[in-house]
Amino acid sequence: MRYMAAETIDLEEFAAKARAGLDAATDEAALESWRVAHLGRKGTLTSVLRKLGSLEMDERRRIGGEANKLKNELEAALKAKLSDLHGQRIATTIQEGQIDVTLPGRSKRVGRLHPITQTVRQIVDIFVSLGFSVAEGPEVETDYYNFEALLLGRDHPARDMQDTLYIDFVRDGVYPFMMRTHTSPNQVRFMEKHQPPIRVVVPGKCYRNEATDPTHEWMITQIEVLAVDEGISLADLKGTLFEFAKRMFGQERKVRFRCDYFPYVEPGVDMAIDCFLCNGKGCRTCHQEGWIEIMGAGMVHPKILTNMGYDADRVTGFAAGMGAERIALLLHGIEDIRRFYQNDLRFLEQF
Amino acid sequence: MRVSLKWLAEYVDINLSPEEIGHRLTMAGLETERIDRVGGDWDEELITVGCVLSVDPHPDADRLRLATVDYGGEEPLTVVCGAPNVAAGQKIAFARAGARLIDGRSGESAVLKPAKIRGVESSGMVCSEKELGLSGEHEGILVLAADAPVGTPLAQYLGDSILDLDVTPNRPDWLSMVGVAREVAALTGAAVREPEHTYEELDDPAPARVSVEIADPDLCFRYVASVIEGVKLGPSPSWMQERLTAAGMRPINNVVDITNYVMLEAGQPLHAFDFSAVGGEKIIVRRANEGERLVTLDGEERELTTDMLVIADEKKPLALAGVMGGAGSEVTGETQTILLESATFHAPNIRRTASRLKSRTEASTRFEKGLSPELAMVASQRATKLLVELAGGRALHGLVDNYPAPVKEVRIDVTRRRLKQVLGVDLPTSTVREALTSLGFGCKWEPPEHYQVRVPYWRTDVDIPDDIAEEVARIVGYDQIPTKNLGGDVPPAIPQPLRDLRERLRDALAAAGMQEIITYSLTTSEELERVLPEGQLKRLLKVVNPLSAEHEYLRPVLRGSVLKTLAANVRQRESEIALFEASRVYLPRSGELPEEQEHIVGVVTGKRDDRWGRSSDEPVDFYDAKGYVQAALQAAGVEGTFEAAEEFGLLPGRTAVVSAAGAKVGVIGQLHPSVASSFGIDQDVYLFELVVDHLLPAVQAGVGYAPLMRFPAVVQDIALVVDSSQPAEDVRRLIERHELVRAVRVFDVYEGEGVPADRKSLAFSVTYQSAEKTLTDEEVARAQSEILKSLSEELNAELRA
Repeated sequence: MRYMAAETIDLEEFAAKARAGLDAATDEAALESWRVAHLGRKGTLTSVLRKLGSLEMDERRRIGGEANKLKNELEAALKAKLSDLHGQRIATTIQEGQIDVTLPGRSKRVGRLHPITQTVRQIVDIFVSLGFSVAEGPEVETDYYNFEALLLGRDHPARDMQDTLYIDFVRDGVYPFMMRTHTSPNQVRFMEKHQPPIRVVVPGKCYRNEATDPTHEWMITQIEVLAVDEGISLADLKGTLFEFAKRMFGQERKVRFRCDYFPYVEPGVDMAIDCFLCNGKGCRTCHQEGWIEIMGAGMVHPKILTNMGYDADRVTGFAAGMGAERIALLLHGIEDIRRFYQNDLRFLEQF
Repeated sequence: MRVSLKWLAEYVDINLSPEEIGHRLTMAGLETERIDRVGGDWDEELITVGCVLSVDPHPDADRLRLATVDYGGEEPLTVVCGAPNVAAGQKIAFARAGARLIDGRSGESAVLKPAKIRGVESSGMVCSEKELGLSGEHEGILVLAADAPVGTPLAQYLGDSILDLDVTPNRPDWLSMVGVAREVAALTGAAVREPEHTYEELDDPAPARVSVEIADPDLCFRYVASVIEGVKLGPSPSWMQERLTAAGMRPINNVVDITNYVMLEAGQPLHAFDFSAVGGEKIIVRRANEGERLVTLDGEERELTTDMLVIADEKKPLALAGVMGGAGSEVTGETQTILLESATFHAPNIRRTASRLKSRTEASTRFEKGLSPELAMVASQRATKLLVELAGGRALHGLVDNYPAPVKEVRIDVTRRRLKQVLGVDLPTSTVREALTSLGFGCKWEPPEHYQVRVPYWRTDVDIPDDIAEEVARIVGYDQIPTKNLGGDVPPAIPQPLRDLRERLRDALAAAGMQEIITYSLTTSEELERVLPEGQLKRLLKVVNPLSAEHEYLRPVLRGSVLKTLAANVRQRESEIALFEASRVYLPRSGELPEEQEHIVGVVTGKRDDRWGRSSDEPVDFYDAKGYVQAALQAAGVEGTFEAAEEFGLLPGRTAVVSAAGAKVGVIGQLHPSVASSFGIDQDVYLFELVVDHLLPAVQAGVGYAPLMRFPAVVQDIALVVDSSQPAEDVRRLIERHELVRAVRVFDVYEGEGVPADRKSLAFSVTYQSAEKTLTDEEVARAQSEILKSLSEELNAELRA
């Protein structure tokens, strides 16, 4: 078909040229110059349209319509071609840019907290989630806080349970200062400063004048637990410590409470969990007993509450103490407690 | 306390397995640490009590003999025996072929097989202790008591289970068979059989022969003396020896064995004096005199002090009360008459004396826990009876009993309310009463609230209502106490800013790539000498009784222990090692507890990792260490400043003081090579030390929040030429001073071609920004020229061409 007008506007010829030009363009630069040449402000199609004004009304309408249709067609073809090219480029990039994803990542140094720090945090966090605060106390203690105030008088036979490292300082013929043997002095220190209701955990290092072996270390980290309020009983002690054990060692753990003796509690309690290695059947870790003792506890002795100025007839409390090293040892199945403070990186880097 | 169940059965019927007994005791507070089996694996049929009928020489071997044994079977058996001590008439342990024994040579368990030994058929064995698994003794055969019944299974005759009990310090009564029997009775519902203590007496009254004076009644509450004549020293009966052995004591002679036996049975230590050594027929219990000396039974001459209690006659001390007897009054073969002491002493005094003389004995460990004076009488009668019956003695009439202030029975008013308050459960009155009476307590229920409880004399540990609560709970069983969750108000949280900061720094350093270590708080003076200046060494704190010289001094710095740990690890790897410790240090204060400060020490050494995680050729430097410190400070929200300084132990020229909010909070630098080498480290080490306590105020001052600016920032880089010695930080701060400057960062340092000698080029990236408007190019240019002017005037800095 040919379009004839007063002035010659040969759309047909223009269309053929433009299509051929587009086919010939193979890269983005060529496509761009094609676009400028044909569809740009000064391009051929634009100049065709500019000439429309000189046509008859009917002709103008007809050719104008044709020209617009052609413009749309060419623009769509250009877009398709560009998109093809883009796709080809990505395909090439993928083809050429393949890497070996199995090579190691660029090395980043990873630092870690000491396993005992991690264990202490785990323990403390559980008690915090149960509404306990955290406090700390001095590692070098007076005889009063470490012993006397806990009803361990100077000649109490239970002092043997805690071989003490005394500081080389004499007053009135005795050594009044020592490396604390337990975190229990903080029961007294805390109660001196606060009134019930009390819920606090006190983590910290303790020291024993004790020969070391695979299950005994002379420096240990204890976590003291203290709750004092009206209406606290042995049943609350059991409930709280049971909850702790489940969160620490797993919901399926069983616990065993038995009578034990500590001068600063009455009644006294020892808590064990069923061995999580053998599930209570008996193995090397639990010494064939099926149970592993993890903490001492008890109801705070009423004499201590009275000494703190509390009404021991009204308020009661429970206290508990556990060793982080022992718990970490059990959790990770470590064979020798002394590993913790030998600080061999090959050991530490495993936690 | 080692408790033979066979012996225990004399005082209480036991119908449960040793495991079950052990378990119940453990749950009630008397922990069974171990159960030792005697003869648990002896075949009842094949291992029996035998009698050696005759011993004949072996036809072919000088050292072997042929023993003909009646083992209870139809015909006696003749077996080959190599033991030197086998003799006709002996009662022995006899095993027939098929029995499982311990091989005497290999120590392994093996089945006994019939064998031909040097041509003689032998299908049985006269056993040694080792073969029976009783001990390592294999020199000779085990010889049984003469009255051992032939044919009885050895397991029945000799078998036993020994409970090894861990007795808590509050229960001296558990250091006795009767005490454990009472516990077993309460836990099983059985009844206790108290030992017999009646005996025949002479007409002569004992008080006519001896008097007892207690000169210091504050240290001796009761002294019971019994006089026994005509004692013949000799071995004690085999049953007594067996029981003592089972309990872990060595039999000596009948008199000593009887005192030990009654101590184990009743819990009351006793002492037998040779009465002829007691001058003036008078016993005086008094404090030792100044300078007095006593040779004790172990042959040691002890120098006594005036706070020690002695048993003396009118002239001299005879024994150290409650701790050890004297050599001069020891019972010997010559002894005719015995004075038997059963006394009650002041527990703390005995404890002090025993620990001062480093002589903790079976007696002192019982006395120091506080015994009841009532027990002294019971035990005296029991031991006197045994001396009469087993050592041929004749007891004088009556006992000499000096008991100045008889103790009253302890009575406790316990309310039902208190039991519920402590235990969390309202136990039925019948349960409470049964629990208490099973333990020997008296208990009267007075409705609606009160229990009137009478405490038996042997329970010296019980004196308040909560003690009764424990007694009830442990007999009922702690597992019967309900389980509740804490109710009531949650108390307000108590802020712990120092702890929080320390933990935050820990996290930051670990996150930055450092490994946390924890080292011992006590160390050696030698280690501290390497890291402390002289002045500080003079006032070190130490413990008086260190476990070893390795752990003697309280550390006032962490450096030494951290470097020691570094040294141990450097030997294993050459790649970067970055360690830190966050622990307390102890700073002496005269007459007071030391000040405890929270310190953090970090050390960095080795070669940086390459892309593959291998150590490169590039060693770490000061700036690696500083990077860690900056990471920590940033995490704490603190801007730290670093200024060149000289510090002990660090290399001058590569050391800085770290400050925050105007206060010194730490130091950082290269470890002085001489310090490094004193720890055996021969590579560069960079160390930092932060005092968390000192950092805290800066953290609390806080970094205020600045709202994000609405107007765009302009970033421009400038290179400045300054003197080589010019710290970059001064330049940076000067630039930062300009009001339009929001941030300044150093990004390059250059010395060399294009820069004059003694000068260096520093490149800064400067961010300009205004809170009010978008800055124009002209405004930025003006600001920069103002800055350059100040730089030139103040720091002799010029724009690099």
